[in-house]
Amino acid sequence: MNLQIRIRKRLPHFDLNLDIACPAEMMTVVIGPSGAGKTTLMRIIAGLDKPEEGFIRFGDEVWLDTRRRFCLAPQKRRLGYVFQDFPLFPHLTIFENASFAARTQKDDARMLLDRFGIAHLGGRKPDAVSGGERQRCALCQALASAPRLLLLDEPFSALDVFTRRDLRDQLHQMKAELSVPIVYVTHDVNEALYLADELLPIVDGRVDRQWMQKSIARADAARPDRTRAVREPRLSLAY
Amino acid sequence: MDWTALFLSLKLALVATTILMLLTAPLACLLAYSRLPGKAFIEAFINLPLAMPPTVVGFYLLLLMGPEGSLGRIWTGITGSPLLFTFAGIVIASIIYSIPFALQPMRAAFEKVDPRLIDSARVLGLSAPAVFARVILPNSLNGIAASSILVFLHALGAFGVILMVGGSVPGETRVASIAIYESVETLQYGSAARMSLALLPICYVFLLIVHRLTRSGSS
Repeated sequence: MNLQIRIRKRLPHFDLNLDIACPAEMMTVVIGPSGAGKTTLMRIIAGLDKPEEGFIRFGDEVWLDTRRRFCLAPQKRRLGYVFQDFPLFPHLTIFENASFAARTQKDDARMLLDRFGIAHLGGRKPDAVSGGERQRCALCQALASAPRLLLLDEPFSALDVFTRRDLRDQLHQMKAELSVPIVYVTHDVNEALYLADELLPIVDGRVDRQWMQKSIARADAARPDRTRAVREPRLSLAY
Repeated sequence: MDWTALFLSLKLALVATTILMLLTAPLACLLAYSRLPGKAFIEAFINLPLAMPPTVVGFYLLLLMGPEGSLGRIWTGITGSPLLFTFAGIVIASIIYSIPFALQPMRAAFEKVDPRLIDSARVLGLSAPAVFARVILPNSLNGIAASSILVFLHALGAFGVILMVGGSVPGETRVASIAIYESVETLQYGSAARMSLALLPICYVFLLIVHRLTRSGSS
């Protein structure tokens, strides 16, 4: 299902002003510098923040219509959201975290933990596992909730290079199987080019295609082998 | 040694704390998370017993719970008996007098819960009551336990309010603090000393538990 977003929200230094669409079953990568309004956009899609003006439609379902003063509660949107710094529930075990959502089947959670290689940690508390394992669990939690839309807000940014690459590869493989639209936020050009079906560059609250072109050129110039990122995204990993 | 008074004190503290915790939890949650207009006014009103002398609180409660007071009339209408100078009366007085001591620490405990956990639970499909039961409550248990002990100790030591509303009816409203006061008044220092000595370790142990709970909560 297609996600249509038209929002305007006043932020401290600029207005977040977007009119965008995220195609069904594709990964839209929202890219931009820090403080560009990317996380605010994700929170608005999830229903955790409200814009001053806006309209969001997912398929045939309206999630937000400020003109009619309508805003669907986050718990009714049925989406998966992996936050920037993976806040797992500290009082629950890894398995309980993965199967936390109201609509999760326990078997699905178990299968996902197995797939992400952390099934053996199911009985541990989040503070007894590594950052990469916690983030794998956060992904399992979101996926096990049978989401209709997946929001990933810089999900791997706090991880080391190797774990990051590993998880990104796993996500890349899973993309086709998931068959739900994914919105992925990053400020890393290479990551964006590697994962994206659609690129959405946001700078100071607006879509800025020129910034994207400049960033790609900069990323190309910085690569020792001068491999062009756009043509060969899988080879363009700078890590 | 007046064991009846000591037992009555513990019973009063236990009953008042239990009721107060159940009543305060939703209120503390509302104050911690809602964007109610006029929240400051509600809070200031609830905190009034903190700022006023206990005898003043007791005086107002005496009027409210007396035969002409609205609470007294409702109580008599339902139960057929008066509210003043009864155990039920001192329980209600203790609850009103101790509300700020329950509300503030509980609210602080709720506010300490990482808001991202609450956001995460909402996105994962949990309703507001489910978020409270499955996320907020388990992550603020130490704070709630600490607040309940503080309320218990506060109710155990209450004097002015209890005297105004309950007087000193043996076995009904003559709690330990009043028994001590009366012993001193009648120059029975030995009896007062024994009762005081019995309260001392109870308070000390409970305070130690509060210290442990708040320390482990903050770490």
